[in-house]
Amino acid sequence: MRQIIIIGSGPAGFTAAIYAARANLKPLLIASSVEAGGELMNTTEVENFPGFPDGIQGPELMTKMQEQAERFGTEVVYDDVTALELTGATKTVTLGSGETHEALAVIFATGSAYRKLGLPDEERLSGRGVSWCATCDGFFFKEKTIAVIGGGDSAMEEATFLTRFASKVYVVHRKDTLRASKIMQERAFANPKIEFIWNSAVVGITGAEAVDGLRLRNTVTAEETSLPLGGVFVAIGNDPRTHLVHDQLDLTAEGTIAVAGRSSKTSQTGVFAAGDVIDPTYRQAVTAAASGTVAALDAEHYLASLPADLLADAGETELVTVNN
Amino acid sequence: MSARAVTDATFETEVINNQKTVLVDFWAEWCGPCRAVSPILDQIASENADKIDIVKLNVDDFPALAAKYQITSIPAMKVFQKGEVVKTVIGAKPKVALVADLAAYLA
Repeated sequence: MRQIIIIGSGPAGFTAAIYAARANLKPLLIASSVEAGGELMNTTEVENFPGFPDGIQGPELMTKMQEQAERFGTEVVYDDVTALELTGATKTVTLGSGETHEALAVIFATGSAYRKLGLPDEERLSGRGVSWCATCDGFFFKEKTIAVIGGGDSAMEEATFLTRFASKVYVVHRKDTLRASKIMQERAFANPKIEFIWNSAVVGITGAEAVDGLRLRNTVTAEETSLPLGGVFVAIGNDPRTHLVHDQLDLTAEGTIAVAGRSSKTSQTGVFAAGDVIDPTYRQAVTAAASGTVAALDAEHYLASLPADLLADAGETELVTVNN
Repeated sequence: MSARAVTDATFETEVINNQKTVLVDFWAEWCGPCRAVSPILDQIASENADKIDIVKLNVDDFPALAAKYQITSIPAMKVFQKGEVVKTVIGAKPKVALVADLAAYLA
């Protein structure tokens, strides 16, 4: 048995691991088999992470966080959690390989997943012109006319990035103002290849074998139009990834995991949550990292409060100290 | 064992005229999910070496083949039998999910 297992390998998971490892809790971090590193693995330049005045590539930032966590003794496993048992003093984590791991505390930092439009043809045309990842798929849309759906920072980043390849990028947004930060908006407005289509909801994706266009409905006039396109990038936000725990932990009305006050304490004793999975509002690499710190410190306090015989089972009792 | 790379020159022999079932992994260096799924494909290849050949095609180096097979999202894994595409799997997936998708060709 371990003292602590961390599930998730984005900024929240790795920062929790850095703190837990420095407190000698010898964390095991379950990173996922194909999504290790989390959302930043699919971004390009990160310009708002403090300490990198010239920016840093998302994947490089995640590699550095992992190195920092490993330097202090974090053990990283590239597998997916398939089941969790969070009730009781001992928590059990089952992996895709069939292996199970036990721990006295768990930090849940699984982040969020791309939100889908929920249109009937979206799934059928995914990989056939519908994409959620500009950095992965932009290359295939050279000299094409494409659209990005959404009005947030990630939509602006994708649209701007996609102008490297596409001849024309429409940004389709439901409202007439953007949620994106000023700097990202201005960059998109200044780009001659980007054109905004305001007040428009996507009501259909068309195409027999591959995407050939969108059906749009004007949110003010209710008029429907067709927009011929060679590809569609969906950037309408993310949903917290709670499917492993939704029947064991309390959730908020927004669907995130409920935590007590400013802490990371979930409704289950010994289970802590951090990062985008608890955050419906800010969802930044820095806020996720900070949240991972909170979870590691809360977990340390919790472990320090446990009876000595329980900790003896988890080994290293003398090292359970609050060390911040 | 790491999957063999195929090229414009070898695609015909290694994939189209291959008597065995072949999975072609369309990938690129800059694609994170491709790098993540690559070791999983290597495992599947070595565990099923008698049933399936798994090869890699770099879409940067061979854009004509990527275009021919209408690749717009990678990783794209296409299963070929007798020169025809019989199955397409798009996106990096955990081993369990990928094996389930490919079950018909690994039996």
